[in-house]
Amino acid sequence: MTYVTADPKGVDAGPHFLDGDHALAEGALAAGCRFFAGYPITPSTETAERFAERAPEVGALFIQMEDELASIAALVGAAWGGQKVMTVTSGPGFSLMMENIGLAVMTETPMVIANVQRGGPSTGLPTLTAQQDMMQVRFGSHGDYNIIALSPDSPQECFDLAVEAFNLSEFYRVPVFIMTDETVGHMHEKVVIPPADQIQVVERNNYSGPKEDCRPYNFNRQGGNPMVRAGDGYRFHITGLTHNEKGYPAMTPEQNVKVLTHLMEKIDGNAEHIIRLEESEVEDADVVVMSYGITSRIAIRAVQDARKLGLKVGALRLITVWPFCEKRVRELAPRVKAMIMVEINYGQMVRELERVVAGRCKVVSVNHCGGAVHDPQVILEAIKEAAQ
Amino acid sequence: MSSHEIRFSGFGGQGIIRCALITGKALSLYDDKFATMTQAFGPEARGSACSAQLVVSDEKVLYPYITAPGVLMALSQEAYDKFSGGVTEGGTIIVEADLVKVKDELPGRTTWRVPATRFAEELGNRMFTNLVALGFFSAVTGVVSGEAMKKALPGLVPDRFLKINLKAFERGYEHGREALAGATK
Repeated sequence: MTYVTADPKGVDAGPHFLDGDHALAEGALAAGCRFFAGYPITPSTETAERFAERAPEVGALFIQMEDELASIAALVGAAWGGQKVMTVTSGPGFSLMMENIGLAVMTETPMVIANVQRGGPSTGLPTLTAQQDMMQVRFGSHGDYNIIALSPDSPQECFDLAVEAFNLSEFYRVPVFIMTDETVGHMHEKVVIPPADQIQVVERNNYSGPKEDCRPYNFNRQGGNPMVRAGDGYRFHITGLTHNEKGYPAMTPEQNVKVLTHLMEKIDGNAEHIIRLEESEVEDADVVVMSYGITSRIAIRAVQDARKLGLKVGALRLITVWPFCEKRVRELAPRVKAMIMVEINYGQMVRELERVVAGRCKVVSVNHCGGAVHDPQVILEAIKEAAQ
Repeated sequence: MSSHEIRFSGFGGQGIIRCALITGKALSLYDDKFATMTQAFGPEARGSACSAQLVVSDEKVLYPYITAPGVLMALSQEAYDKFSGGVTEGGTIIVEADLVKVKDELPGRTTWRVPATRFAEELGNRMFTNLVALGFFSAVTGVVSGEAMKKALPGLVPDRFLKINLKAFERGYEHGREALAGATK
């Protein structure tokens, strides 16, 4: 990835006391996002509000769309028009976005979508926290595809990961999701926004060569392929149909293998470059507690309490949730007694953990339905039992 | 490690959330502490008892919600009735003197009364009640410095009301200092 420093216009440098939603908007602006199309929904609306408020001074465009389908459609259009683009939503809106998220994946359109999760299903618990869309983000649209999803544990990380999400999205030309939740979204903490010259961003890579060599697609299973900007005078085509390198429909099984393998492998094949984890005292642990987002803060507290009791327990926080950290789990599984997944849902990422562990150690799910964070005591009890 | 859990409460429109925002900003930006602020966000925050919570620590706050608040500020009767029972032994309760009737002070907790509305009206508008109460709160609890609080105000109160809000804060702060001196005598 090639980085440049951020455009100072979008960077409100300095220390702030911000909630996670506002920090997402600031991160997007710092990353160079200049187009936001969205439809308001609790508990994500504050991000839209902040972006709308700041848009005039930064020179960005904010559109409130008629619904969430149209929001993603607008992002696809604006991205091919040369902009870095984003939207935010929560569960019900996320469901509506699924069709066009598939279009964005297929057309390899960079965009950042934040889901400030609330309890579901359906309209569920509009004002209360959850982590129930973790499988939907990976598999919610039809067909085989791959995406990247990050999960911040604090307002500061909302800012940091918004910047990173744009960078990954630009390089891999894939929708990148910030899977946060009501607690982090509405929680205020100190957020330090660095000066623009200390923020590294990946710029849009637009093709500028001879017309006859112009290709909006390159199915080489890698990131870093250039886009073609609409209006630059090149003739190309964008479609959700299986397409060739010029973007025109090429609907054969052979072409589908090429396109699909590229879509899958540009992420899976680069998983080790993409994935970020935070570990503490995992090396000699009997039990590894895995978690992400707000839950990791509660889990880490339980891990600290367990260590005080003399238990050999480590914490592994998924900053990148998708792609899943298969390699690390395969390393750890044979060396530990148990791995615990703590999450605010009925047990979603634990299925991925079970799949990768494949019986090589015990897998424990400390799940609970949406509406509140875990009681650290419940996690501690699970650790004690798993350590036996 | 020292940590505090604080609950600000009252009814919607009194500037309760603002109190927590100002205190959180003061602590984390100017007093070198970690502060995590959460607020009542559901329908319960619209009109009836409204509350905002702060967890304050010397280290990174892990669990973001309060579990055993040592300080309660209650600017309405409903808030006092709802939240005072949860204050820990040795804790501090601050009530608005004219809006909250405290029948029997809770044993083992210090209850302070601040005539915040009256002071605010003397300054020209009862809108400043929360800032008077906040001044009193920082003086009697010592959780946050008065200087940090004053630094935190710009951006969190409208520019044209900054001076008068500062005045309101100082009025409450002075009153708190006096009350504290009176209590220790």
